[in-house]
Amino acid sequence: MTRPHKPVVAALLFAAGLLFGTGAHSQDSTAKALQEYRDALQDGNPAELWEIKGEDMWQQPRGPNKVSMEKCDLGLGPGVVKGAYARLPKYFKDTDRVDDLESRLVHCMVSLQGYTRAEATRRVFGGPGAAADMEALVAYVSSQSKGVKMNVALAHPREREAYQMGQKLFYYRGGPHDFACATCHGEDNKRIRLQDLPNLTSKKDAQRAYTTWPAYRVSQGELRSFQWRLYDCFRQQRFPELLFGSDASVALTMFLARNANGAAFAAPAIKR
Amino acid sequence: MGEPMRIRAQMAGDKVEVRVLMSHEMETGQRKDGGGNIVPAWFIQNIAVMHGGQTVLSAQWGPAVAKNPFMHFRFAGGRVGEKVSVTWTDNRGDKRTDEVAITAG
Repeated sequence: MTRPHKPVVAALLFAAGLLFGTGAHSQDSTAKALQEYRDALQDGNPAELWEIKGEDMWQQPRGPNKVSMEKCDLGLGPGVVKGAYARLPKYFKDTDRVDDLESRLVHCMVSLQGYTRAEATRRVFGGPGAAADMEALVAYVSSQSKGVKMNVALAHPREREAYQMGQKLFYYRGGPHDFACATCHGEDNKRIRLQDLPNLTSKKDAQRAYTTWPAYRVSQGELRSFQWRLYDCFRQQRFPELLFGSDASVALTMFLARNANGAAFAAPAIKR
Repeated sequence: MGEPMRIRAQMAGDKVEVRVLMSHEMETGQRKDGGGNIVPAWFIQNIAVMHGGQTVLSAQWGPAVAKNPFMHFRFAGGRVGEKVSVTWTDNRGDKRTDEVAITAG
């Protein structure tokens, strides 16, 4: 609903920049105004609505097998949700692969609830008028790690492999723009339009960025998972579509999650 | 029937501070879908907050209120443990009521 307004707001702020001077001063005051806006949003984060819905979905018997997700093992044992997100992605013996939360949820929906993989991933990102079940589950599970220190292990060889693959992807330049993730996220003080970009090669920025996803995106009126964050980065880079739960997406998540180790998890957050 | 609200009612001095998060699309009626057709207006029209059989807040809203609205206000005369209920009605006649007990500040 607010999406069509965005260019207008950007244009107005741009016009304000022209009127009230150029250069660093107007940029600073714009950044300050944006910060005030972000602060005003902190009270009453609609992500809570997704958390409530996700918790309900976690407990309800669903799917052809009519069972709940309460036996789903997210890495800390069947049904343990508390603190699970802060340790993901990790290697799982039963699937013999490194899973992030989303790909693990798909695994549980298939193995426990009896959905087909296609059914479980039919609608993974919400759109206008149709929220996605996946994003509600992600909101609930990740909310149970609030305040928990990020602690992603590189103990298993497959975990180290995923990390290295993610690192390679992060610096890999390609696509029609010859872009890498690092093109925008490898230096301090980069922006897209008015949006400040975190420098994901610095510890502090990497921690702050990773621990504030998933997030409710005000401009979209949706809760967005980390899989969505990466999917949309790939789209903006004009890369081929990043497949949901793919090895590439999990590897990149592994790289970014591991680099956030030590920071307290603070999501679901709220973002412009 | 709409999806559940998230309500917090907490004592703040001698007043009750109420925060309500509602789940609603709040379509303005101005937006077009992928096929170029106007998405009909669909928004919360009336809000009523009750406490001890009395209306402590009533509001009429229009399509300018954001999706998943958040409402924050205070009222006098509530005590810990008493119930506060919030009801919204949208322009399709859909209704939702949720209730919480006031907690200590």
